[in-house]
Amino acid sequence: MITTLDVKPDLAKAQNAAAGASKFCPGCGHGMILKTLAKTIDELELNERAVFGCDIGCSLLSWNYMNLDTVQTHHGRTTPVIYGVTRANPGTVGIAYMGDGGGLAIGAQHLVNAATRSENLLVIVANNTNYGMTGGQMSPTTMPGQKTETTPYGRDCEVTGRPAKAAELVASIADPNKSYVARASVSNLRKLNSVFKKALKNVADGGYSFVEVLSVCPLNWRTNNEGTWERLKTMEECFEVKEFLVKEGLE
Amino acid sequence: MVKKLITQDTRMFLTGNEVIAYAANAAEAEFMYGYPITPQNEIMHTWCKLLPKTEAGFLQTEDEISAGFSTIGGILAGKRAFTATAGPGNVIMQDAQSMAEMMRIPFVCAVMQRGGPSTATVIYAQQETRLTCFGGNGEGFRIVYSTAGHQDLYDYMIKSFNTAWKYRFPTFMLADGYQGKMREPVTLYDPASRGITMEPTPAALRAPGVIGVDREATHLRNTFNLEEELMEQLDKYQIDYDKMSKEVEEYLEYKAEDAEVLIIAHGIVARSAMTAVDELRAKGIKAGLFRPITIRPLPTEPMRKAVKRAKQVLFTESANGQLAQMCLEKLYGLTTPYQTLFKMGVGVTGDDIVAKVETMVREMANV
Repeated sequence: MITTLDVKPDLAKAQNAAAGASKFCPGCGHGMILKTLAKTIDELELNERAVFGCDIGCSLLSWNYMNLDTVQTHHGRTTPVIYGVTRANPGTVGIAYMGDGGGLAIGAQHLVNAATRSENLLVIVANNTNYGMTGGQMSPTTMPGQKTETTPYGRDCEVTGRPAKAAELVASIADPNKSYVARASVSNLRKLNSVFKKALKNVADGGYSFVEVLSVCPLNWRTNNEGTWERLKTMEECFEVKEFLVKEGLE
Repeated sequence: MVKKLITQDTRMFLTGNEVIAYAANAAEAEFMYGYPITPQNEIMHTWCKLLPKTEAGFLQTEDEISAGFSTIGGILAGKRAFTATAGPGNVIMQDAQSMAEMMRIPFVCAVMQRGGPSTATVIYAQQETRLTCFGGNGEGFRIVYSTAGHQDLYDYMIKSFNTAWKYRFPTFMLADGYQGKMREPVTLYDPASRGITMEPTPAALRAPGVIGVDREATHLRNTFNLEEELMEQLDKYQIDYDKMSKEVEEYLEYKAEDAEVLIIAHGIVARSAMTAVDELRAKGIKAGLFRPITIRPLPTEPMRKAVKRAKQVLFTESANGQLAQMCLEKLYGLTTPYQTLFKMGVGVTGDDIVAKVETMVREMANV
């Protein structure tokens, strides 16, 4: 006999219940990041001020995930669309959500320049060390030795360079008087929640925030639960999880 | 709310780029996003110089990709925003322009053409005609006004905003480096004094009302799951585009009624053609001009009528027939012979056209 649970899912107000079942692959990190983000938006009561933008790649599947005004843009172009919005309509809490490809490869010029100008928005890069939607190619953050479709024998840093460190890069160029820069991980969602809280508070206050979230891609990594967790732990050794830049007085 | 600088008719001696900035202010444009590229720079220079008086906004972006996409952001926020570009900048802005097409975003852009392909010259050309009409990975659901002088720059920049916001197709004012850099007398006016009301610019993001109480959250996307879903959407766009075309198509005929040799040209080349028509008429040659002002959509019916009346047609452009190709498709079935005078990336003078038409009269076109 099949029995169904009578318990309704614990959805944040900033989550769109009408979107139905998650579009992400089983085990994907996006759902964890987005749900944590939605809860934080609820906690800070930013629902009416927030505008959410998502990129191409797996992040585009979040186009109706949030119960927030949302725009899905082009690959790498979420950052300029969102700072276009916040420049035109100050007071908007703009959130640009993308993967490591959109943030650090095809949209890297926007990442760098938005950080330099310390535009008023929160940029979130979900770093799963590969291009998920296109089938698992090497991305700027692919770890040394990691096998992907375009590095089938493992990433050779002599040939392809070293993994890009987004948070370190951004922290080195963002205005310290305006910015919050951190790296978090889906291995600790409570910590991610507190990082998002600071990041969103800073943006609501007119500042620039950047959060890189170490995430997982079991499908393209070809890992089971245990393997996924192990890989995430390896990533946390490669990419330091911490706050890199905290504007004075931000709590 | 921006402050309008021109409240009464004002005669000024300006460069075309300056005229465009004044026109955008007259149209109550609230925000410009831009990136430096010659020959359009003075649009933003002027816009920036006027900011303390206009209280409008400006952002110098990191490239034209960003200029295009942040313009989209400003428009979605409900601002009458615009950008301007040229040449290679127009090429890389196609990414944003194609998103604007798909999402029916009232994108407004002044294109000041320069020589191409590649970096080529920073001076002048008509080689962005095809790109501006049909660039991007789409079907060219765009409106393109081709201007022939400074009064046009003022009139059509104002009009571009209203066309874009009324029909929600990206709208371009296609000019060139000569028009941008040249100085001419022009009459600036308050659009209201000409009976022009600016279209409202409702916000798509953060519209009034509380989400879940007064309205649902807005979810805008340009991705489709199924081929059929996409086609259904594009079929609707095509119907809207065809319906809109009849309302926005514009053209100018100069002594074309009894013309035996009909010159078809757009933009500043059409202006050279007007001087050529007068010279040719003084020599007893019945020349006339058909100038499409909207080169996308093309004013097909009036153009076919004009071509049918003529004995010969001359297409002339500062490009290798980019407009001619678009026109010839629309002239299918007519048998009026034609010749061409194409100078790639080089201005066409009245003298060039006179000399060409004189040879055509001596030796009839046979194409």
